[in-house]
Amino acid sequence: MSEQNDAMAEIRASFFIECEELLEALQDGLQIMDDGADDSETINVVFRAVHSIKGGAGAFGLEFLVRFAHRYETVLDEVRAERLAVTPDALKVFYQAADHLSDLVRISRDNLPAPEEQTQALLVALNAFLGEDGEVEEAPEEEIDFSPMGISLDLGGDGSDLPDLDDLPPLPPLPGLDEPGTRRYLIRFTPTAELFETGNEPALLLRNLHALGEMRVTCDTSEVPELGQLVPEVPHLTWDITLETEAEEAEIASIFEFVEGLCRLDITREGDAETQIMIEGDMETGETAGAVVAAAESAAPETTDIAVAEVPEATASLPEPEPVPEPAKEPPVTPASAPPKPAVQAPPAAKTIVRVDIDRIERLVNLVGELVINQAMLSQSLEQSGLSPHSDAMNGLEEFQRLTRDIQDSVMMIRAQPVKSLFQRMSRIVRESSGAVDKDVRLIVHGEDTEVDKTVIERLADPLTHMIRNAVDHGLESKSARAAAGKPEQGQVHLSAAHRSGRVVIEISDDGAGINRPKVQQLAIDKGLIPADAMLSDTEIDNLLFMPGFSTADKVSDLSGRGVGMDVVRTAIQALGGRITTTSQPGEGTTFSISLPLTLAVLDGMVVEVADETLVLPLNVVVETLTLEAGDVQMLRPGRNVVRVRSGFVPLLDLGGALGYRAPLEDMTGAVVLLIGQEDGSTAALMIDNIVDQRQVVIKGLDESFHRAPGIAAATILGDGQIALILDPSDIISNAMSMQLTMASQSRAEGAIA
Amino acid sequence: MTEKNPTSTIELLTFQLAEQEYSLDIMSVREIRGWTRATPLPQAPHYMKGVINLRGTVLPVMDLAERLGLPPRAQSDRAVIIVVKQDECMTGLLVDAVSDIIALTSDDLQPPPDGSAGGGGVVSALTLIDNRMIRILDLAATINVSEGLAA
Repeated sequence: MSEQNDAMAEIRASFFIECEELLEALQDGLQIMDDGADDSETINVVFRAVHSIKGGAGAFGLEFLVRFAHRYETVLDEVRAERLAVTPDALKVFYQAADHLSDLVRISRDNLPAPEEQTQALLVALNAFLGEDGEVEEAPEEEIDFSPMGISLDLGGDGSDLPDLDDLPPLPPLPGLDEPGTRRYLIRFTPTAELFETGNEPALLLRNLHALGEMRVTCDTSEVPELGQLVPEVPHLTWDITLETEAEEAEIASIFEFVEGLCRLDITREGDAETQIMIEGDMETGETAGAVVAAAESAAPETTDIAVAEVPEATASLPEPEPVPEPAKEPPVTPASAPPKPAVQAPPAAKTIVRVDIDRIERLVNLVGELVINQAMLSQSLEQSGLSPHSDAMNGLEEFQRLTRDIQDSVMMIRAQPVKSLFQRMSRIVRESSGAVDKDVRLIVHGEDTEVDKTVIERLADPLTHMIRNAVDHGLESKSARAAAGKPEQGQVHLSAAHRSGRVVIEISDDGAGINRPKVQQLAIDKGLIPADAMLSDTEIDNLLFMPGFSTADKVSDLSGRGVGMDVVRTAIQALGGRITTTSQPGEGTTFSISLPLTLAVLDGMVVEVADETLVLPLNVVVETLTLEAGDVQMLRPGRNVVRVRSGFVPLLDLGGALGYRAPLEDMTGAVVLLIGQEDGSTAALMIDNIVDQRQVVIKGLDESFHRAPGIAAATILGDGQIALILDPSDIISNAMSMQLTMASQSRAEGAIA
Repeated sequence: MTEKNPTSTIELLTFQLAEQEYSLDIMSVREIRGWTRATPLPQAPHYMKGVINLRGTVLPVMDLAERLGLPPRAQSDRAVIIVVKQDECMTGLLVDAVSDIIALTSDDLQPPPDGSAGGGGVVSALTLIDNRMIRILDLAATINVSEGLAA
């Protein structure tokens, strides 16, 4: 591949990244409009997003994307011009168009064939808003020619000796140019220094303008100061353009859209009279035009602060007609008399964002992980060297630990992203799925700015999609059932994200009928998942939903029930170190709550010792610790013990035994017990030898080839360089309990035979 | 494996296991390091010694003697871990001692006789050096069969 191709591919790639951001802004804007706001700024944002996508797509020759975006933009322009009201129906189409636009962007990126049918259908829907002139509007836009054209910019002495553009290459004839619809516009365009600083180029703008029709450009050099006083970074030029075109004024303005706020621009439409190119203040136009220009002029001294009002004769003998300043590379070294930066309406202060390759961040995260381990090693060896805790070295170490922790937090922040993009995808899922099952559903989103590790977000998309579909399909009742239950026809699905004690909690709730527990239990019995005479608590029944091979829908719709059940969702969540729980009120709805670690890289762990092995447990699952005394442990039946905690009994499990490190202990007195909070709200006790430390550990993944035992989540490297395994206590407990159950039932069966 | 090609020269790393000599294609060997205590993995097959810290990555270590069904070694300071890479996956093999590097052409290799009890087909070839028989291990079979057993 040639270098040029590489560069092109890079630009292309960054265009698609930009598209993602623009599509996000588009969705945002639509959401705001949906929420009832229809201020012009929101509409402008939506419009600009579509417009920018169109612009980029044009540069890459993505025809179908341009075509669709253009029509979409045209409709939005109608809204912007307040000729079209934002009705719920219109919004629906806008949403669909936005979805389709994002599809088209994806298709263009992956070089897939364009879905003509869908595009056509939506184009028709969009056209419906435009009325009959929809088709016509498209014409001028397609005339845009990206091939370079020469524009001669002569900067003659006093500005009255004007060049014309007759020597330009002939334009492609515009259809209907000579029709009576041709209008003449006077455009006065004064770029400010910012325009150049942001890399814009007036010549390109003029060239684009030229594509609209016949034009004459004159450059007003009257503001150019004497050479001695000339600050090269400050522009002094104004262009007067006479444009004959049939295009609307808005279309002309749209050419200057990207330099909005970076220049002074007056566009006035002129009558039929032949106009002389005017020098300042000499403009002879219609009343309105005159007024506008006059206003602009009165504003001029304030806005641009150009000290020199008159063009001295000397300008004529400028050695080089080069007053178009280069984009300033550094702040101009201005003499005291030089003009300060023009105070024209600055563009809204945008956050500076750097795009970084994710691999680099990964590398940084890994390095910080090493740093944390190294720091632990250092502190361990310093402690062993018997230094006084008040020595300089120990104080320094403390500072070092604090810094390490700060660095770690900051690095993790880099990886963190708001869940917004994820939630936006979900709103699309709701739109599509509610359409498919003919339900009216409104998705209400909270906390979309909550930041979560990027990997978590990516791997959350599938389970969340599934759960949202479930909520729409199974959770919410049909319209008639809702009406019968006295609920509004429109169902609601709430999706929220929040930080809660070092974890992220994502909740999906619907206001549907709630889990039909008798039905769920019957289904589980029918499918042989539970014995027919099982007595289950509500929570246990709810948890049946997560069993493999369970589906509650009577009929398998094409929406959910594709053989992927909630068990897959739970597996995916667990793989992320998360937990999922359910609460449900009959008739009022169901809430699924997902609790996830903030990051997959570091864990606050409790370091414990069992049978001479060092192990790490996630700190957040440890509810309480206690030391066993004689009589605390009671045997329930052989191999199954409970420990008394205050007034209750908690099942007790010897961690060393469960992991196969040692035979079950006879004497448990003096052992330490950790009370582990389980996802279903119950508690279990794990017996260990002693607690060593509480510290942050860096999570090192274990591949499948590591013979990973159930209950082992990952590994970490301790301060002494040894590897310690990170446990998943819930997994260990449920495994051990089920093993004990089978063992118990086996022994019962054997007893029966004997 | 490379020894299928009749004209190729291969280099082998030879090592000792329970008084026998074995070898591995040196191209799959990444490094050799001294024995450090491994963290045992619960409920892993008996030949998995556990995991060790290899400069920040977690390396599973397999006791090759146990894997091949040889008598367990007497604890020795000469025991080393050969770090090998197979299918992008690093594994440590615990052996009694590393002996030598030998260069062979594939003509020197003999297929193992049928019914050889060489650890379930993990010996891919035999060769004679100074009248000593050296078994050449099929690394993929050695490591991957173990995964099959675990599953």
